[in-house]
Amino acid sequence: MEQMTEKSKMTARNVSVFYGDKRAIDNVSIDVDMENVTAFIGPSGCGKSTFLRTLNRMNDTVASARVEGEITLDGEDIYASSMDVVQLRARVGMVFQKPNPFPKSIYENVAYGPRIHGLASNKADMDVIVEQSLRKAGLWDEVKDRLSDSGTALSGGQQQRLCIARAIAVDPEVILMDEPCSALDPIATAKIEELIHELRGRYAIVIVTHNMQQAARVSQRTAFFHLGNLVEYGETSEIFTNPRQERTKDYITGRYG
Amino acid sequence: MLALLFLVLGLGLIAWVTARMRAARFGGTGTARAHSLPAYHGWYVGLWTALPALIFLGIWATVSPGLITQAVLATPAAADLPAFGMERSAILSEARALANGSIQTAFNPQANALAPAYAQAITKYGVIGTILALVLAFAGGAYAFTRIKPDFRARTRVERLVMAALLVASLVAILTTVGIVASLLFESVRFFSMVSPVEFLFGTKWSPPASNMPASSGAFGAIPLFWGTIFIGAIIAMLVAIPLGLMSAIYLTQYAKPSTRSWMKPILEILAGVPTVVYGYFAALTVAPALRDFAVSIGISGASSESALAAGIVMGVMIIPFVSSMADDSIAAVPQAMRDGSLAMGATPSETIRKVLLPAALPGVVGGVLLAVSRAIGETMIVVMAAGLAANMTANPFASVTTVTTQIVQLLTGDQEFDSAKTLAAFALGLVLFVITLLLNIVALRVVKKYREAYE
Repeated sequence: MEQMTEKSKMTARNVSVFYGDKRAIDNVSIDVDMENVTAFIGPSGCGKSTFLRTLNRMNDTVASARVEGEITLDGEDIYASSMDVVQLRARVGMVFQKPNPFPKSIYENVAYGPRIHGLASNKADMDVIVEQSLRKAGLWDEVKDRLSDSGTALSGGQQQRLCIARAIAVDPEVILMDEPCSALDPIATAKIEELIHELRGRYAIVIVTHNMQQAARVSQRTAFFHLGNLVEYGETSEIFTNPRQERTKDYITGRYG
Repeated sequence: MLALLFLVLGLGLIAWVTARMRAARFGGTGTARAHSLPAYHGWYVGLWTALPALIFLGIWATVSPGLITQAVLATPAAADLPAFGMERSAILSEARALANGSIQTAFNPQANALAPAYAQAITKYGVIGTILALVLAFAGGAYAFTRIKPDFRARTRVERLVMAALLVASLVAILTTVGIVASLLFESVRFFSMVSPVEFLFGTKWSPPASNMPASSGAFGAIPLFWGTIFIGAIIAMLVAIPLGLMSAIYLTQYAKPSTRSWMKPILEILAGVPTVVYGYFAALTVAPALRDFAVSIGISGASSESALAAGIVMGVMIIPFVSSMADDSIAAVPQAMRDGSLAMGATPSETIRKVLLPAALPGVVGGVLLAVSRAIGETMIVVMAAGLAANMTANPFASVTTVTTQIVQLLTGDQEFDSAKTLAAFALGLVLFVITLLLNIVALRVVKKYREAYE
């Protein structure tokens, strides 16, 4: 366990999340590292998205939400009062379930983050950041001739890759993806999955998904959540072929969920 | 007349009860059941009894006075009446009042001679009206009563009448608008036959002549009024209302805790319910003198006790809730995902508002502002009380200016000849105001509508 923490990018220890009096996450401990894509699976309402949102403190925007336990990024407690939530979110980016490009041009969508964090000192630097981010997101060739078109005019899959480019542009260390393909068709989904493969290693990636095949395809580690509990966490191949817990097995084989 | 009204309504009620009882005896079950519930049969017959008679009474009430006067004029006593003019109508109305018993003695002796003829005619037409109304009530009731059978679709018929009643209700507002526009147009055309439209719309001197003087002795250049209206309503008031309204909307939607919002928003809305006349004397008695003293103390010349600034500031405060609630709606309509997306990039709440929420909400905000402008330039009480009457073309906010609405009030109060250019000018000003606010409303509603479609 100690050794695991050593190379872990993010660690969660005994984390519980409450919405008012309701406990949404109960005592979850988990580690996320740079080498592996981590998938969170589980039936609807199991708390996997809630837990994901605690990792960059997006739950702060929900007035009734309260987090207990400890979550660290590079060993630093992200809920400590010394932690600047704005800096944290620049380091831990997020891609949402529904593509949510801003109603601005493609260029401005990608430049948004670098601009607020002052990452580019001049237009040429910004051009480079925008191009590289779009290239990493596999969108450059499709949009390079129409960077001034509105981001909302792209197709759903392109919009989602634009959102990934937008997240990459601020050079985060961790990227959280909350069911990034649930609003996309199979072809667009395949492109996003391919992209996740390419991004692996450069960023610690955590993906929440409903789709177990997707978890099996893109992740190396899988965490199975049920009713706010972390039931099982381990190598993806292990979880899918040889689950230790009965509940995991039932879910994987389609008994419920 | 009133007794007759109740009589008809009473007949309707009796018809309702009888028809309902009869329909209740239809009985039957399953497919043999009556088409409509007994109550619908009741309504059907009741309405057929009361409605035609009531409509007749309404028409009769407008027609019969004319018939009565004609009958009186046909009597020999009317032969020596003056042929035309005020005296003739004064005598006639006195005679009518005598016949009604609302006065005891007449000022004009001729009225006394006509009074019996009036009394006779009133009785005669009263009896005719009563008989006709009752005949209509009974005929309608009887016709409807013979039609109620188990398979008669009373329910459908009653529903149709309900729809007709709703249609009439909505037509009343539309027809009133059409009537107002028609009267504005009609009187404006009369005005423009005396004063050229070019002089009116582009002239820079406004000094309407006294009402007994010809139109040519004054000047009807309305530019100073338009300027005053825009200066107060669209510039000063908006400089107050837009920033304050927008910022309060941002605070309420983005920063305020639900508990804070729950008492703050209603209080803000109370501001919209304060009568404008109260704002008016607040502007005239409190704000205007304070501003004048301030202007004098910092050495601004031409400071008046009635100023564009006083009226504009108070008007701006008045429309804060208006701007704020429109902005509130359009900010709240920006999807939460947009806000989350920005926050997840590490943007602060205020960066998120400035760079994402406001640009996305802008069309709605602009629409709200345009509606607010159209309200501000049509606003009357504040400017009448605080802005003054001097038709100045000045950009000095401490000077007195006048607005279109103020001048309309000014032109129409006091003893006026209805056909003088001075009075008719009020209609022309009203028409211009109406056209401008109409255009602003159309543009604003378009902008808002277009924006709403963008997120669906």
